[in-house]
Amino acid sequence: MTRAFDRRGLLQGGAAASALALAAPAVLRSAVAQAGPIRIGFPVPLTGAFGAEANDQVRAAQLAIKEFNEGGGFDGRMAELLVRDDKLNPGEAATRTLELIEKDRVAFLVGGLSAAVTLSINNVSRERGVIYNSITQSDAINEAKDFGRTTFHEALNPHMTAGAVGRHVFAKSGKRVAFLSADYAYGHEMMRGFKRAGEAFGSQVVADIRHPIGASDYSAFLPRIAALKPDVLCLCNFGRDQVVSIQQATEFGLKRTTKLVAPVLLFTSRKAGGEAFDGVVGGTSYYWRLEDTVPSAKALNDRFRAAYAGAVPSDYGALGYAGVRSVLEAVKAAKSIETDKVVAAMEGLKVDFYKGPQSFRTCDHQSIQSVLIVESKSKNMKTPDDVFTILGTEGPDERFLRGCDELGHKA
Amino acid sequence: MSEIMLGGFPLDLLLLQLLTGVALGAIYVLVGIGLSLIFGLMNVVNFAHGAFFMAGAYVGVFLYGYTGSFWLSLVAAPLAMGGLGFAVERVLVRPLYGRGIDDPLLLTFGLSYVMIEGVRIAFGLTGLPFGAPPELRGGIDIGVGYFPLYRLFLIAFSLAVVGALWLFVERTSFGLVIRAGARDPQIVQVLGIRIARVWLAIFGLGCGLAGLAGILAAPLQGVTPEMGVPVLAEAFVVTVVGGMGSLAGAVLAGLIVGIVVAMTSLVAPDMTKMAIFALMALVLLVRPRGLLGRQGALG
Repeated sequence: MTRAFDRRGLLQGGAAASALALAAPAVLRSAVAQAGPIRIGFPVPLTGAFGAEANDQVRAAQLAIKEFNEGGGFDGRMAELLVRDDKLNPGEAATRTLELIEKDRVAFLVGGLSAAVTLSINNVSRERGVIYNSITQSDAINEAKDFGRTTFHEALNPHMTAGAVGRHVFAKSGKRVAFLSADYAYGHEMMRGFKRAGEAFGSQVVADIRHPIGASDYSAFLPRIAALKPDVLCLCNFGRDQVVSIQQATEFGLKRTTKLVAPVLLFTSRKAGGEAFDGVVGGTSYYWRLEDTVPSAKALNDRFRAAYAGAVPSDYGALGYAGVRSVLEAVKAAKSIETDKVVAAMEGLKVDFYKGPQSFRTCDHQSIQSVLIVESKSKNMKTPDDVFTILGTEGPDERFLRGCDELGHKA
Repeated sequence: MSEIMLGGFPLDLLLLQLLTGVALGAIYVLVGIGLSLIFGLMNVVNFAHGAFFMAGAYVGVFLYGYTGSFWLSLVAAPLAMGGLGFAVERVLVRPLYGRGIDDPLLLTFGLSYVMIEGVRIAFGLTGLPFGAPPELRGGIDIGVGYFPLYRLFLIAFSLAVVGALWLFVERTSFGLVIRAGARDPQIVQVLGIRIARVWLAIFGLGCGLAGLAGILAAPLQGVTPEMGVPVLAEAFVVTVVGGMGSLAGAVLAGLIVGIVVAMTSLVAPDMTKMAIFALMALVLLVRPRGLLGRQGALG
């Protein structure tokens, strides 16, 4: 009995067709990506509370692109930065990331500011198999459940930063510490890192006060903290919250009895807060005065000054530069833009872009780098941007990261 | 410092916290009076009250940038907001009288959005830093602890403003008209007094007070376009707790709310935000007209 059609042929054809359909986006993407510029997607919060940082990141990233292109690019292909506004919103960020991948056919992604947004971008890029180099602080992005082989973390994480500051501060001061933290994941992570560092010194937590993120008034919390006379007040908050809480803590006379510490001290926050920040010690990934001791910092600052009328890169700004540069250096090292080859090349990078030696740890792709301990000042300033004194650096040392097994990575 | 304890806390700390609450209350009193007068006397829910607070702060900070005088800003902000309030009442709100409570509510709600966006466009999204003037910076030891000088000034200044308002309402003929208009607007009209002018004045006064509160609050936290948003909710709580249309009620309620916030954060910091709404709910259940409100004030 003959059949009108061959069923086996239909099944085989159907299987081949569905395999092609599933692979089509990747195949099409790589087909497009074979020629034309190397596109790097750059979602950052251009509008919103951190617009200043985001714009600085864009400027610095564009510097990295320019360097790459002026050096001949890769195989004659130039790099191109596609900047998108994620409005500091995880949902918006996911949409922009998807657009960048599917519509704009980017080869790589760099960006994200705010821990929630970076996880959102990472989810999308991980699913689509596109390399994403995160340039904002996050503890969660190192953890196994958020990790993918395309996930890279150029920035510091709260554990490293708060830990470095804690180790520095507790070595020099008394052991009674009070915490005033913003009540969200990042605030909790900073507090956790600081507490952990303090345990080694026998520190004692005398108060643990959480404030709602975006609070405008801290006066209700400060008399109690002042009455306890802690040796250290650790302010685990960010941006405007940090500026206002430090100003109000100063007004309530806390500096007379207590050392004010902020695990993450932003250049822009200090500029906004002015002399109220005097004496506050904190951690950061980069401060431009590093150029006094690190040649690569001077090189970056000089290029930035030349390109942007004498301005210097901020902490987060410099991360925009490093995030893009890491990816492009890996492309050159791998001699390819194929994801697998670039991932391997990034894992093997040992570089000094702007702050000293850096490399990515293999298990979680966290960039092992130094943490700078800085103290705010408003006197003896060489220039209006000279707002910190560098007290010291910690690392780069893998010991100051959480262990791979603690994060859930299998050996 | 004495070490008398009360409920597990040193007495000095309790007194210091109480004073902090009074300082917080000073701002609540000023915004509460404005909203309560407008709500109680005109039956208009001014949803733009927080926006006037914010705009007053911006006017003050902007002027300070040019003149370097905080005192000038302190006078200019309420005058500017009062003037804006006059314009808004005359042009936007007046046509809606007699249509019930919803229309002016929606109008002022939309107005708040317009004002916030306007400020964002003019001054940017991230806000402007602002601190106390040099004469009022720092703090002093007041026996029970170290307290910011500016907050002491805030308490004193607000007291003076409330005193002046009381004199105005109780001792001037216009104040008499306001009190009469609160009691019975129709009879006042029958007596030949143009109630429309009274309402114009009240709306302008309320907005002016909001603007004054804004510039007074600016040195505490800087200014941002969104700074008026939580203030509106707090002003409503003060209005409800104090009783609509009552000056004394708003003063009492403002102080109570400030003290409740301060004392709650001493014992249960996480509940601070919720505490004032719990207070409002309690008052609504036990004495719906508010502490000093008249029965059926919202007629």
